[in-house]
Amino acid sequence: MNAPEVNFAYLDERTKRMIRRAILKAVAIPGYQVPFGSREMPLPYGWGTGGIQVTASVIGPHDTLKVIDQGSDDTVNAVNIRRFFERTAGVNTTTRTHEASLIQTRHRIPEMPLVEGQIIVYQVPVPEPMQRLEPRETETRTLHGLAEYGLMHVKLYEDIARYGHIATTYDYPVLVNHRYIMSPSPIPKFDNPKMHMNPALQLFGAGREKRIYAVPPYTPVESLAFEDHPFEIQQWQAACAQCGATDSFLDEVIIDDAGARMHVCSDSDYCQTRQDAKALA
Amino acid sequence: MYVAVKGGETAILNSYKLLAEQRRGDTAHAELTIDQIRQQLKLSVDRVMTEGSVYDPELAALAIKQASGDLVEAIFLLRAYRATLPRLGNTCALDTSRMQLDRRISATFKDLPGGQVLGPTYDYTQRLLDFSLLANAQEGLQQAAAPAAILPLASLPSVPRVVDLLNQEGLIERTERSDHDPAPRDLTREPLRFPADRATRLQNIARGDEGFLLAMAYSTQRGYSHSHPFVGEVRLGQVAVEIEPEELGFAISLGEIEITECEMVNQFAGSKTEPPQFTRGYGLAFGQSERKAMAMSLVDRALRAEELGEPIESPAQMQEFVLSHSDSLEASGFVQHLKLPHYVDFQSELELVRKMRARLSNPDETPV
Repeated sequence: MNAPEVNFAYLDERTKRMIRRAILKAVAIPGYQVPFGSREMPLPYGWGTGGIQVTASVIGPHDTLKVIDQGSDDTVNAVNIRRFFERTAGVNTTTRTHEASLIQTRHRIPEMPLVEGQIIVYQVPVPEPMQRLEPRETETRTLHGLAEYGLMHVKLYEDIARYGHIATTYDYPVLVNHRYIMSPSPIPKFDNPKMHMNPALQLFGAGREKRIYAVPPYTPVESLAFEDHPFEIQQWQAACAQCGATDSFLDEVIIDDAGARMHVCSDSDYCQTRQDAKALA
Repeated sequence: MYVAVKGGETAILNSYKLLAEQRRGDTAHAELTIDQIRQQLKLSVDRVMTEGSVYDPELAALAIKQASGDLVEAIFLLRAYRATLPRLGNTCALDTSRMQLDRRISATFKDLPGGQVLGPTYDYTQRLLDFSLLANAQEGLQQAAAPAAILPLASLPSVPRVVDLLNQEGLIERTERSDHDPAPRDLTREPLRFPADRATRLQNIARGDEGFLLAMAYSTQRGYSHSHPFVGEVRLGQVAVEIEPEELGFAISLGEIEITECEMVNQFAGSKTEPPQFTRGYGLAFGQSERKAMAMSLVDRALRAEELGEPIESPAQMQEFVLSHSDSLEASGFVQHLKLPHYVDFQSELELVRKMRARLSNPDETPV
């Protein structure tokens, strides 16, 4: 499976250096979007090229890589990105969260708490949290510079006025280190609290939009809310049909033509670990 | 009982195999060669080179073959290939007044030094399906075989550009390059930042999707930022690519490339500092890509609104709108990423919609 004709982890060393510089700047200014010279990768923009470039720049031969998409190691895009690094870097891969030194993810944070020394790389489609409110980057750049976030607060307030609650369920905006409003990438808001004071280094790569940002270990990450409308996460009436978990993010699965449903953990490793533990007991 | 979705890797490997079979088609027919594509699908090759930003007809043809003729996919393949190529140096600016012309059209002057040269073009073909081509023979050539005296192309002298003729009267804006003209930003190495200068904008739209630019250009003709365009000149031909190594101190030729260049001439009412004059929009593409070069020149002119003090009212004049959406790789990738699983986001939305519906059916619980 090795592809010796390409450099380790595909990118040339000069490109990696450029990306590492952007990462260092991002770590130094938590939540700030650092523009970088995103390359055209052999995978399409919008499919994880930002995460792939960040991973390719920080991965070393002794790393153990885990790749998940929607919490699962087995969805096709996760498989494809894992194969890409198996081919180009020849690193060990794993599906176990605690075995991984580097985790690339799309749309989830693993249920098992991350630890010091781990790096989690998020794939980010739209790094600018205010893009849907103000599409011009020249404007949003200024708003970030002035920490002028009224636009976002008004949006959340209008949700409450119309629906009685904030109608954002994923990609729920956060305030990082009391300074920058940041997109947590389209993770469900269920995962937002996991970002707060996390011992792992959290890196975010947006390839198509050419931005990198970061949340260093033990950085405060606060989900936006109001005093009388505090931030809440999703809850289910059901438990996972496979492992019985009641504390994990559950996906609904339709199991027959009549639309009957069951709930299963979105985090496939978490679910499997619990099932294995049950089998042993 | 539900079984967790596994087997993604097998599915991917199987899809490679199915794709290879689909690409090859019925093996009773001869396989397409790269030379056939280069020779007989030249305009596809030209578009892929232009938007793929690599002048290499052989690799462009390979990309077209590999992509089963999907040009946007072929452009993607070529771009991904070029992304890791080393940069060896910069060429000198092309001198298109020294082009060896195969075609040269001006809509502004009936005749002009160097003359009008129709050259190879679909412009005046009558678009009737030529069923003789179905017969797989040489019939198509027969009609063209005995034209009334084709001018030997090589004998066309180098001809000055039309806009340079207008320059002598001072009727058209001058864009002279100063000695301090900085090297243009390389968009393949640095991210696009706004506001972008003209060199950066031109670089972006040179790589931009032909269909997108065509629609943007068309919108300027339908009242969304009208600028009274005239084709000053469209020229197609070979131009020398030169490089000036520092240790030599003079330019040496690396060879020739075929390009299409378009200079659009647009009315300009003048401003406080400038008298009324014509302004310019510029388009350049590899190979024969006239639709692209013309659309590019209209969009270039529209994007100069701010610099010329015109009100910015239409999408084609808005840098962030045009430049952020022109790239087919970015657009195609992001539109098609919707095929990726979104179970988690959708699950979150399901919960939300149920919550909102529950509130509607239970009106006692009114919003705060």
